[in-house]
Amino acid sequence: MIENLHLIIDVCLLAFLVLIAFAAMKVTNLFVATMLFGIFSFVTALLFLDLDAVDVAFTEAAVGAGFSTVLMLAALRLSGAVENAKHRHSALGLFIVVLTGAALIYGTSDFPIMGDANAPVQLHLAPEFIALTQEKIDIPNVVTAVLASFRGYDTFGETVVIFSAGVAVLLLLGMGHVEPKNEPEQSTVLWVVVKPFIALILIFGLYVQFHGDFGAGGGFQAGVIFASGIILYSLVFGEGYARKVVPSKILPRLAALGVLIYGVTGLASLLSDKPFLDYNALSSNPIAGQHMGIILVEAGVGLAVFSTVLLIFYSFSGVNHNE
Amino acid sequence: MIIEILSDMCLLFGGIFTLTGAIGLLRLPNFFTRLHAASVTESLAAPLLIVGIILDTGFTLDSAKLVLIIIIMVVANPTITHALCRAAAHGGVNPDMDTKNNEISQSKTETEISAKELK
Repeated sequence: MIENLHLIIDVCLLAFLVLIAFAAMKVTNLFVATMLFGIFSFVTALLFLDLDAVDVAFTEAAVGAGFSTVLMLAALRLSGAVENAKHRHSALGLFIVVLTGAALIYGTSDFPIMGDANAPVQLHLAPEFIALTQEKIDIPNVVTAVLASFRGYDTFGETVVIFSAGVAVLLLLGMGHVEPKNEPEQSTVLWVVVKPFIALILIFGLYVQFHGDFGAGGGFQAGVIFASGIILYSLVFGEGYARKVVPSKILPRLAALGVLIYGVTGLASLLSDKPFLDYNALSSNPIAGQHMGIILVEAGVGLAVFSTVLLIFYSFSGVNHNE
Repeated sequence: MIIEILSDMCLLFGGIFTLTGAIGLLRLPNFFTRLHAASVTESLAAPLLIVGIILDTGFTLDSAKLVLIIIIMVVANPTITHALCRAAAHGGVNPDMDTKNNEISQSKTETEISAKELK
């Protein structure tokens, strides 16, 4: 019965996703389309939650539904909300889309069925990770162990990708310069409620950052949550005031520092004749070394993600002020 | 036993309020009334549902977290509704009582707002 319930929920959520995708295609108001994308991400997060992938659901909710929507809205402020009326229906475009779609669907026929217990990943990789996490790393959250230790190389790559995205946006748009207005916009209710909320959001960000070993979360989610606290401040009190709290100058340096912390953690193990990113070298006790390495690496990821996210937000909103 | 009944009552009323909120969101004529329907769902139905869950699970660390979620919801949702109302009023939507042409004027003003705000 319970398994059927999960299946029903999954099917409902997937049907929702299809409907939302069609709605987003049909809608001509880009503002509405942005909101639909946010809903799409949120339903995806629910789907992940139902599949017991809490960490992924967390990331999807924070990045997909939260940050992407803010970014799209900032972009819409520059572009206007109405879709260009001229539609060119090219036959070639349709052909390519259909061909790609068909190829992708054909490719899925080789995949194991979702939740198949005999899939290679369930037989070889997953049991190994679960057993080794208990034995070698000794933290409750297997996802964090896989992300930060077993697959440390991949995560390093992801952090560098995020960093380079920030650098690219910075090179294209610059950060602009926003002076705080003399009088912030009057909205007493928002001020009173938002002030303690920002504190709560920042504390929650720190909790997610340092509690990643034990529960859902980690550097990626914490970075986005921390940045969204500052973004909220910027939206309510004005861009110029937010730039006084977190100056735009230090953001690229912080992002670089985050990547640097990650890289140097890896180099430290190279110095003691161990492979790159082997945290056993960090301490005489291998398990303590793993714990230390994971915390350092997560701190680097959190710092890089926080400053890149905020940097991209500043860049998008700074363009508007310069005109 | 009493706690079970209380929990079921909370869940039931939460469900009813969610349903009325959803119906109101679809059926009510203009922006402010629809916002009213949505805010009822958020600030009454959701806390009721959570209280129902807390009563069902008993007083553990999880239910303490749920209490925090209730507090945040009860503070945040009226604020969000307030902010949306302000934004709508700022963008030129009047709480118009004329029910005849509301559908047309509403959809018109809504596109105008989004066009105006995002310029």
